[in-house]
Amino acid sequence: MIETFYDVMRRQGITRRSFLKFCSLTAASLGLSPAFAPKIAHAMETKPRIPVLWLHGLECTCCSESFIRSGHPLAKDVILSMLSLDYDDTIMAAAGHNAEAIVTEIVEKYKGNYILAVEGNPPLAEDGMYCIIGGKPFVEQLKYAAESCKAIISWGSCASWGCVQAAKPNPTRATPVHKVPGLADKPIIKVPGCPPIAEVMTAVVAYLLTFDKLPTLDKQGRPQMFYSQRIHDKCYRRPHFDAGQFVEHWDDEAARQGQCLYKMGCKGPTTYNACSTVKWNEGTSFPIQSGHGCIGCSEDGFWDKGSFYQRLTDINQFGIEANADAVGGTAAAVVGAGVAVHAGLTALHRAKQPGDKQPGAEQ
Amino acid sequence: MSQPKPPIYVYEAPVRIWHAPNGLAIVALAVTGYLIAAPLPSPGGEASEHFLMGYIRFGHFAAGYLLAIGLLGRLYWAYAGNAHARQIFLPPLLSAHFWDGVRQEVLWYAFIAKAPRHYIGHNPLAILAMHFVLVWGSLFMIVTGFALYGEGEGQGSWQWALFSSWVLPLFGDSQSVHSWHHLVMWLIVCFVLIHVYVAIREDKLSGQSMLATIVNGWRTFKDDKPIDDAHRP
Repeated sequence: MIETFYDVMRRQGITRRSFLKFCSLTAASLGLSPAFAPKIAHAMETKPRIPVLWLHGLECTCCSESFIRSGHPLAKDVILSMLSLDYDDTIMAAAGHNAEAIVTEIVEKYKGNYILAVEGNPPLAEDGMYCIIGGKPFVEQLKYAAESCKAIISWGSCASWGCVQAAKPNPTRATPVHKVPGLADKPIIKVPGCPPIAEVMTAVVAYLLTFDKLPTLDKQGRPQMFYSQRIHDKCYRRPHFDAGQFVEHWDDEAARQGQCLYKMGCKGPTTYNACSTVKWNEGTSFPIQSGHGCIGCSEDGFWDKGSFYQRLTDINQFGIEANADAVGGTAAAVVGAGVAVHAGLTALHRAKQPGDKQPGAEQ
Repeated sequence: MSQPKPPIYVYEAPVRIWHAPNGLAIVALAVTGYLIAAPLPSPGGEASEHFLMGYIRFGHFAAGYLLAIGLLGRLYWAYAGNAHARQIFLPPLLSAHFWDGVRQEVLWYAFIAKAPRHYIGHNPLAILAMHFVLVWGSLFMIVTGFALYGEGEGQGSWQWALFSSWVLPLFGDSQSVHSWHHLVMWLIVCFVLIHVYVAIREDKLSGQSMLATIVNGWRTFKDDKPIDDAHRP
């Protein structure tokens, strides 16, 4: 018989009291009412544990690093044991052929019942030779594991959008999970961020495992509960933005006073994530609070949007580091000069033809 | 010299009344929009004493609503008004005569043709510019503008439901929508520069009224040259 979550937790030495605390915490972090805590508890006591395969493609492991630093130690312990990560090549003890055998075992044993978590993405160029796992291209492992999974979680910006390895010119053709050709048609939850917030990651897993269904996703496939608002909407420096008070240099008085970082290129106004509310490292801080603008790491193609320190995106078709103002301002100046020259030519043209009366020139 | 052609009533009151606030809204939108992307120097003191960026953004949004509602009203009048009211919305792109008129107008501006043709409404080149730059440009700005506005209003708002929900995925991300919104602003600024220049120039040189027509709606002619309105049925 397959163990329930509760069995697993008890076996891991977690007391019932701690278990119930975790259920309330999870309910709170998912934005549910307190009435849901017992429901979560009931689900975890009765439902069989769903195994999770955590695959790694082209990535930097920052997602895993974030995940294991989930703010509430309790939640971390419980979820890690809950997941028990049947396969995660970065943090599991097994290695080599023994480890790779687990993938096949999970796929065979839990057909259609396991969650596939993908960190990083597969490079497609040269038949996927730029990322080899256990002697085979990662893209093949990904397709194989996706074939029989229940749902896919795309961890981080790599799996969700492509991130740095897919930035122009993308020599290895690194491709985000949802765009991999020939991948089984499974529901995909994107949890973008470089890395995503630990509590967001654990909450998504907890939601999937306890409710046995996908959280509500937005049109781009991100869980709405964490990605429905911009950093800017909940930023504690927002009053300075509305007042028009901006940091102009990193060492000016405004910077010391903690004014708005908009002019320093903060991408908070265009970035959907929960950093300004959930924050990082047990709610200690987040980039803007530490004095640096948001770089928009959870947005699609953020590496290709120009400098992190400018508001306007670079438009490289018009030369290196041209932005909308450079392009548009130049166009307007050229048109303005053209108008002036044309008006001058018109006057000259008419002065040259005193005998040739233009229609209506004289009444 | 024979008698000039008699004046013709071209632009009905709704078209003329739309023109001025629409122009003012475009100027206000360009100025406030530029200041949103590149804000003014910071005022000192406490944040609670100021609302500079707030007022600039308010001005932008209010002018944006004016532009959008104005275009809706103008579209209605294209339906309800006379044939000239439809001109900038339905250019006769399949008519060879229309394109000949465009060619002739280009030659006129290149100082090659001696005189332009006479038109009751807009000349064919003007129709092209107004249709593709002003009408579609305004529509683009309204759609992307409301999409950006909907981001601030939040996912429960009608702006989000009608605009942001599909515009953001279409462009991929919010930053790209900002960039395009900004670029098309400059396109419309270029249009305004040329629009004002040629209106004054044509008033002086083309033998037909322009500036007075903007105000009173009547097109007067200074001679009896034949009228060549490609758009007329």
